[in-house]
Amino acid sequence: MKAFLKFDFTILTKKFLEEKLSSFGLKYTITGFGEVEFLENIPDEKIEEITSLLNEYGIEIIENQKTVLVQKIKDTIIEMVFKEDAPNVKASVYLAEKLNHSYGYLSNLFSEVTYASIENFIILQKIEYAKQLIVNDKLSLTEIAFKLNYSSVAHLSTQFKNTTGITPSQFQRIIAKRREIANTK
Amino acid sequence: MQKEYIHIVLADDDEDDRLFFTDAFSELKMSTKVQTYNDGVALMDYLNQEDAILPNVLFLDLNMPRKSGIECLQEIKSNSKFDNIAIAIYSTSSSEEHIEETFVLGANIYIKKPNDFNALKKVLSDVITINWQYHTSGLNKENFLLRM
Repeated sequence: MKAFLKFDFTILTKKFLEEKLSSFGLKYTITGFGEVEFLENIPDEKIEEITSLLNEYGIEIIENQKTVLVQKIKDTIIEMVFKEDAPNVKASVYLAEKLNHSYGYLSNLFSEVTYASIENFIILQKIEYAKQLIVNDKLSLTEIAFKLNYSSVAHLSTQFKNTTGITPSQFQRIIAKRREIANTK
Repeated sequence: MQKEYIHIVLADDDEDDRLFFTDAFSELKMSTKVQTYNDGVALMDYLNQEDAILPNVLFLDLNMPRKSGIECLQEIKSNSKFDNIAIAIYSTSSSEEHIEETFVLGANIYIKKPNDFNALKKVLSDVITINWQYHTSGLNKENFLLRM
């Protein structure tokens, strides 16, 4: 038997951090996605210990301020795309308001660090979400277009094709065939 | 903490193609380290070494002597040690059947070799950027399919 899983990364990461950080007996609060505030000073050895433990699970402590802000931009976008009740405002307005910097500044910083524009990143995330919905939830393209706020199915299909080079139905077929092969092994 | 280099490996039996490829990367603004191999056997020998630095992205030509790109792809996909490598097929063929077959076998990216140098630079830069997003933004690699 084979089961396909769907994850809520916000809950998953929060629970995980709570579990791991509590095991160190430290006082902390989780102040946001990917943001932890320690309520006391931590000795360097202990920081090293925490860092190496988290590294094992693919979690890194970011020190560079620019990288921190870029990560916040990404998190905000992911939240906007993946949350059902996301605010219905333009991403540029939302980002500027939430992160307290002008959109121009955020946009330049983002390109400088990631070599990609914020706009491209938003499209990439939306298409990723569409892929997930095609594969896991078996939604039709019409339903997905509606869910992701596209004006039409054609608009979604075109953006899908422009981003990935293949059509949504080709994508669906390839993933289905891969699973078929995996199941016969 | 930016990672210092993006590691790239290319296996291609055509000397000119290898040269264009390394030249293209040296002109891009990303910091990359590029290694090339002449055929599938040389490539797999390298990857199977215990202390080999595994590439972030591996570019595979399909038609190579001794061991073809498809054979390499299958070998790589059957070994979980290589799970983190994104595989780009780098080929002159643009047959739909071929493309779909390689995706089904586990390739992430399919690139039809561009005939001019500027187009090549653009394609490679796009591939690396998108791959980097998958790497750093927690995207699901199982769903990573890209055709250029």
